[in-house]
Amino acid sequence: MSTLTPAAPQSTPPGPTALNTGRSPRRRGKARMDPTRNNTAAGIAAWLLALLFAVPVLWMVLTSFHSETDAATNPPSLAANLTLDAYREFFGETSGVSPWPSLINSATASILSTVLVLLLAFPAAYALSIRPVKKWTDVMFFFLSTKMMPVVAAILPLYLFARTVGALDNIWFLILMYTSMNLPIAVWMMRSFLAEVPEEMLEAAQIDGANLLLILRKIIAPVAMPGIAATALICFIFSWNELLLARVLTGVVAGTAPVFLTGFVSGQGLFLAQVCAAAVVISLPVLFAGFAAQDKLVQGLSLGAVK
Amino acid sequence: MTTATARISRPGHNAAKPSRDAKSRERALAWARRAPLLPALVFLILVTQLPFVVTLIISFMNWNSLSPDKTAFAGLENYATVLTDPDLRQAIFTTILLTVSVVLISLLIGLGLALLLDKKFIGRGLARTLLIAPFLVVPVAAALIWKHALLNPTYGLINGVLTWVWSLFGSAAAPQLDLLSQAPMMAVILSLVWQWTPFMMLILLAGLQSRPMDTVEAAQMDGATPWGIFRHLTLPHLRQYLELGGLLGAIYIVQNFDAVFTLTAGGLGTANLPYAIYQTFYFANEYGLASAAGVVVVIGTIIVATFALRTVFSLFKKEAAR
Repeated sequence: MSTLTPAAPQSTPPGPTALNTGRSPRRRGKARMDPTRNNTAAGIAAWLLALLFAVPVLWMVLTSFHSETDAATNPPSLAANLTLDAYREFFGETSGVSPWPSLINSATASILSTVLVLLLAFPAAYALSIRPVKKWTDVMFFFLSTKMMPVVAAILPLYLFARTVGALDNIWFLILMYTSMNLPIAVWMMRSFLAEVPEEMLEAAQIDGANLLLILRKIIAPVAMPGIAATALICFIFSWNELLLARVLTGVVAGTAPVFLTGFVSGQGLFLAQVCAAAVVISLPVLFAGFAAQDKLVQGLSLGAVK
Repeated sequence: MTTATARISRPGHNAAKPSRDAKSRERALAWARRAPLLPALVFLILVTQLPFVVTLIISFMNWNSLSPDKTAFAGLENYATVLTDPDLRQAIFTTILLTVSVVLISLLIGLGLALLLDKKFIGRGLARTLLIAPFLVVPVAAALIWKHALLNPTYGLINGVLTWVWSLFGSAAAPQLDLLSQAPMMAVILSLVWQWTPFMMLILLAGLQSRPMDTVEAAQMDGATPWGIFRHLTLPHLRQYLELGGLLGAIYIVQNFDAVFTLTAGGLGTANLPYAIYQTFYFANEYGLASAAGVVVVIGTIIVATFALRTVFSLFKKEAAR
């Protein structure tokens, strides 16, 4: 009964679960005929593929620092002079259209919805792991099943409701939508992180007469905090990336950064460097959040099933 | 003291003798357990389940907001349209093709990458970071980059590199691709595979690194070939990780809107159901039809999800029973 961590699909060995630590050193040099040569070939192949996958990102960054004329050449001009012109253009130097309102809307919607998600998901995860309700697995699968319903299947009533009550183009309505979008994932993630809190420690604390707050602070928080932080970062990323709801439910006032980006969909003429600058600026928060959550990213994205 | 311990133990532990007093106290305790769950549950039902019920109702109505006076009960008419209208049927087919191909291709490439990254080599951490990067570009931004900076027929990077390589050999007649207009579906698939491969790789890499190494070593000692080890030890172990990656990938890619919207605007047979539904209610104002199409998506998802959920559930049970 000690392993009530059912979200793990297989026998994960106990101990540290970070990605690169599962390896035992004894594997090297044993058995394989020539492990070093083998690994060099794998290393070169891995690096080539990694670079291939990274090329679009690196090209986006490089092009964003080129002038528009250098950006749109065939063959590409790799060594062209670097300039910040594209960023100045993106921030509206000549057009006067500033992306700041949309960036602020995105930040507001992502941060506030993440806070709401955590406030709702933490107690729920608590009631599904530390003091589980009866039939808690059924509840878990209900949460998961709501995530399987595509947004398009509910968006029309939401749109009509918003229009009727005058909540169209209102950032608060979007915040509520993002909260519901991320809540099921957050519950699953947090449950898996809370399930790592050792049961014996909880029992011992309870016997010692520790109250709930003290248990939360001294026993649950130290174990679950990195996981909760990763959950928050992943929810932030999903909200920041969202386009469909934002496009349907917001307009000029509450439009988010992805909606702003769609302004570049059909652009023609010399604007490639500016598109790249826009993509870089809008992707930066996600890149930071993603790399910050890197260690727990797999566990989070797999809803706690993989450690 | 004893009640305190009983309170934190899991259900089943507190098998108290059923007296009336104990029963009502147990009921109170059960509600105390449920209380933290309720806000999340109620919120989710209000915001996701209720609207779907409304969608279900609208799907049986003839309702175009441009001619509200013709609003009436339509029976199954909308569903018949969804299944016979060539555009919507095409959208159903596109959704299936897009989801299946993106999931399978990114799983395969992700598996290859995970196998490579499972070995020790110089700069492995950095290579892994580079490989995650595609997943951490905002989807709309990624689609824009593919559309304008990579696939653009005149100055995109892909054609630029082709020109450059051909000029190295003194040729001015490099082949030039125009995926966006000649094979738009491939363009969408390509960009989505690029974004989702890192996700698959991460899950499979975690799976590889949880492999019990002693059996692999024993097999190696017994002279098993690397292929034999992969086929008979690694792959069976990875099966549930492959299923999990496929399931989660499918959930997200079925709902994809950003790539289709940005790369092709649903043109040339690339409109999937989410995009088609968006168009039907947002531009054509056919509320009834859009709702029926939405219900069809949900039915399709339920069919897939039943299989998928069964997989997850068996894993879940297996672990809970240990």
